[in-house]
Amino acid sequence: MSISIEIAHRAGLFQLEVTQSVPAGFTALVGPSGSGKTTTLNVLAGLTRPSRAFVRMGDEVWADTTRGVWVPPHRRRVGYVFQEPRLFPHFSVRQNLLYGRLRQRPRARVIAEDEVIELLNLSSLLQRRPARLSGGEQQRVALGRALLANPQLLLLDEPLASVDQAHRLAILPYLDRFRDAHRIPAIYVTHAWSEVADRADHVIELAAGRVVFSGSAASR
Amino acid sequence: MALTAAELTVVWLSLKVAMVATLVSAVPAIAVAWLLARRRFWGRTALNVLVHIPLVVPPVVTGYFLLRVLGRRGLIGEWLDQSLGLQFSFRWTGAAVAAAVMAFPLVVRAIRLGFEGVDRKVEESAATLGASPWRVFLTITLPLALPGLAAGLLIGFAKALGEFGATITFVSNIPGETQTLALAIYTQLERPGGEDAATRLVWLSVALSVLALVVSELMTRGRQRIDT
Repeated sequence: MSISIEIAHRAGLFQLEVTQSVPAGFTALVGPSGSGKTTTLNVLAGLTRPSRAFVRMGDEVWADTTRGVWVPPHRRRVGYVFQEPRLFPHFSVRQNLLYGRLRQRPRARVIAEDEVIELLNLSSLLQRRPARLSGGEQQRVALGRALLANPQLLLLDEPLASVDQAHRLAILPYLDRFRDAHRIPAIYVTHAWSEVADRADHVIELAAGRVVFSGSAASR
Repeated sequence: MALTAAELTVVWLSLKVAMVATLVSAVPAIAVAWLLARRRFWGRTALNVLVHIPLVVPPVVTGYFLLRVLGRRGLIGEWLDQSLGLQFSFRWTGAAVAAAVMAFPLVVRAIRLGFEGVDRKVEESAATLGASPWRVFLTITLPLALPGLAAGLLIGFAKALGEFGATITFVSNIPGETQTLALAIYTQLERPGGEDAATRLVWLSVALSVLALVVSELMTRGRQRIDT
């Protein structure tokens, strides 16, 4: 299941132009701050609507601005882990984790609740409110919440930036296993090349809104 | 200090008018507040101005407009009377409408602040988790704006309880039908020897307002306990 992306977007002086065909698997999106990484993810999620865009995920067209096609975010089934946790402050950790899952048909719930809770080490936090969690704990909940929504595409925007080293080392292999078991394509934005060097199937490098490299991690 | 029958009538009518005014304006106020806080659309400024008119024109002017629009010979009032049998002028329902219109800008302002305090980023994350805009509103935006909502409804209730100018202009001052606390105080002050009766009504009015404040305070405290 590959992803075709064509974006032409202007926001003030910033201009983003991306034309890529991303193969299924784990794609690292790298580049300096302000190069358009987050904007690219937002277009894929449907949160930012650019002046011109074409997005095809497998055989579903999510955006085709020349034909006026724009699938809203809630119909795209992406699992988006933002830079900040963006948890629901009025819900418990458990309610946060299940928010997207409850909107899925039972048949589509291929990812087991217990598995995610255990691997992200969340079982002792389930009854708490997000305000009572550390930054790293919150980010783990955000990751679990996105996975439990059974996404068909994972968008990870520096998801481990606020997670401490020990948990990071525990979560990364889990993401690998998760990808292998469920074959969900993932786009992973990071500054830390070491997080993705060994696991990325594909690397896209952005600079000032343009693609300056696209290829396998080994060839970079 | 036992209340006389006449005083009970006044208090009951005032509470009824204020309650109905608050309940009837709640949903439109939430809708308008959300539109103003969250949407950019053609006519947004016009809507904002329209909502605020009762706050800036003299209440008697608002009452006059209500008479021209909803009175028995009014633009809409005549039609409402003939087709639905609905009458507002000189009725307690008209007093509720006057109170609702006068309170509306204050209610909208408070609720709008509540909506503006809700982080859009949290709403976005709900959308990516499969929640439709309507579901995002019901499960995320509205619960998180609840303090603003409670404040808005309370200030609306308090304003409705004390409305005077638009009410007396639109529905007159009819004991048992449209004579609310504020109007009854005015009547007693106009009447020679009515000062004592007026004083009792004034204290009643203060007591009711304080009671409303205490209730809302207790409600928001209960809410905070749920939050932590």
